[in-house]
Amino acid sequence: MSGGPIQERAPLLAAEAAGAAVPGGSPAAAFRRRFLRHPLAVGALALLLLIAAASAGEPLVEQWLGFGAEQIDLLARSAPPSAAHPLGTDELGRDLLLRLLRGGRVSLGVGFAAALVAATIGTVVGLVAGYLGGRVDALLMRLVDSVIALPLLPLLIVMAAVDLTKLGIPQSVADSGSASLWRIVLLVALVGWTTTARLVRGTVLSLKAREYVRAAEALGAGPLRILRRHILPNALSPVIVATTLSVGNVILIESVLSFLGLGIQPPLPSWGNMLTGAQETIWSAPMLAVWPGLAIFVTVIAANFLGDGLQDALDPRTDRR
Amino acid sequence: MTAFLGRRLVESLIVLLVMSFVVYGLIGLMPGDPIDLMVTADPHLTPADLVRLKALYGLDQPLLERYWNWLTAALGGDLGYSRLFALPVEAILLPRLANTLTLMGLAFAAAALIALPGAMLAARRPGGLADGAVNLAAFAGISLPPFWLAILLIMLFAVALGWLPAGGMGSGSLASTARHLALPVLALTLASVGGHLRYLRASLIEALRADHIRTARAKGLSEPQVIWRHALRNALIPYVTILALDFGTLFSGALITETIFGWLGMGKTIYDAIMGNDYNLALVGLLLATTTVLLANLLADLAYAWLDPRVSYR
Repeated sequence: MSGGPIQERAPLLAAEAAGAAVPGGSPAAAFRRRFLRHPLAVGALALLLLIAAASAGEPLVEQWLGFGAEQIDLLARSAPPSAAHPLGTDELGRDLLLRLLRGGRVSLGVGFAAALVAATIGTVVGLVAGYLGGRVDALLMRLVDSVIALPLLPLLIVMAAVDLTKLGIPQSVADSGSASLWRIVLLVALVGWTTTARLVRGTVLSLKAREYVRAAEALGAGPLRILRRHILPNALSPVIVATTLSVGNVILIESVLSFLGLGIQPPLPSWGNMLTGAQETIWSAPMLAVWPGLAIFVTVIAANFLGDGLQDALDPRTDRR
Repeated sequence: MTAFLGRRLVESLIVLLVMSFVVYGLIGLMPGDPIDLMVTADPHLTPADLVRLKALYGLDQPLLERYWNWLTAALGGDLGYSRLFALPVEAILLPRLANTLTLMGLAFAAAALIALPGAMLAARRPGGLADGAVNLAAFAGISLPPFWLAILLIMLFAVALGWLPAGGMGSGSLASTARHLALPVLALTLASVGGHLRYLRASLIEALRADHIRTARAKGLSEPQVIWRHALRNALIPYVTILALDFGTLFSGALITETIFGWLGMGKTIYDAIMGNDYNLALVGLLLATTTVLLANLLADLAYAWLDPRVSYR
């Protein structure tokens, strides 16, 4: 999806806007036309960008409120919303809005990073399995089936509880905040790669029988060149769709692990660990339990709508109407 | 058929064996070791006692050897003791497996009962208003963080309305158990109904496209008759298969639900065992959970063959 063809097709898009149906068109124009047909997906994209921008702009909000995200106000614990604290404060007197935005930075960052790692693993496994076929394919797909079938959450809990120093990682590294971030990214990615692997394998299976791939083979191109130059670019649509859909799933898993005390460790806030104490405070400060969960819910549902819209827009076979 | 069943059984056993080794290795990497825990419990132990204790429990041997000893003992029926409960692990795990299966079974049935009319409504006119609403509900269902949903249910039914207990097992009488089960089952149902709706809607729409449906309509059958007698049977095949394969996900959902509501099931037991350094209980609990999930998958394959006579197994 380069920017070029969109420019060239501008007159066509204008014609479309005027009500003329344009069958076909350049791939980029067709993609835009199909994507814009999904108001929910467009809204979801806007909402995700808004949440990301607000989370990234957290320092600005700190300046505006004149209050730090870690700053504790013992005189205003579990305070209701006010001009000083738009969403009120938590049980330690920290500003809830700032904590939510900072938690968003962590949750979104971990979500996107883990989805990218998962997509990379899944793409490589799918390319290898689909292109090589035979025993390698059978073995890898058995592996995928097994991972999908396992009760993953208890397994993740065990892996999250592993003591990194026993793996030979120095104490200072294991205790640092970034180690806990990377651990959760890798753990969640271990779960999320299977869907991508399946989709990519299926696409590769159909692509490798096409004439242009066989022509490249006949011209003497090696397997790596064929995979990189001829197959991967055409298999990108399922990768993009699977990655988008897995962002939501990954954010959910991260929040569950953080909620159970095995993911992002306080004082670093994430939407999941902000809810850890919420079960005790629902009697005194119920809104503390509402906002972080709402943030997770809205982000995940937006990612799912976006993935659904992208699927329709990128896959010409799903032309439904 | 027998050959297929045999191959699937062998595959499941291999997965179980690999899992047991991986989990055994992971458990060895958990913080703190059992001997250290004994030392904290009894300060009179000398360094010489430590060496003796390590040798007694075989902890001075290499990982592979320890795993082999554990495996042969486990296969011989000796699964070891739980540190937290001071009981043989099977005495703790089996009643809790029953609790988990009760929770999961009720939630599964409830989700299916909600999904059936929902999917029928949606499939009648794909892309229509009802379909849009069902689709929206399904998306909301799969996007809800299950633990947040559980907290919201406690806030509504236990705190605000005071109708139901916020957690626990109850006194053991049927009425009390039912009251304590209501919220966990509701939470797990709502957490899984989104997936049910999506799968059933998709397979029902697919089934309604078939030629024999057109024939059924052409010969004048009413729409309910078309759906109930001709489409639903075909739609149930992929639906049941996908759901049985999704058993592991349901188990993960049950872990969250049990932990929040204090329902003494397998998931909560595994979580508590890991948090409380009860590694043997965690190990056997995880393997029992895996066995249950693999068995469910096997049953799904059999159900597939039973529901769809066209399927032949090599």
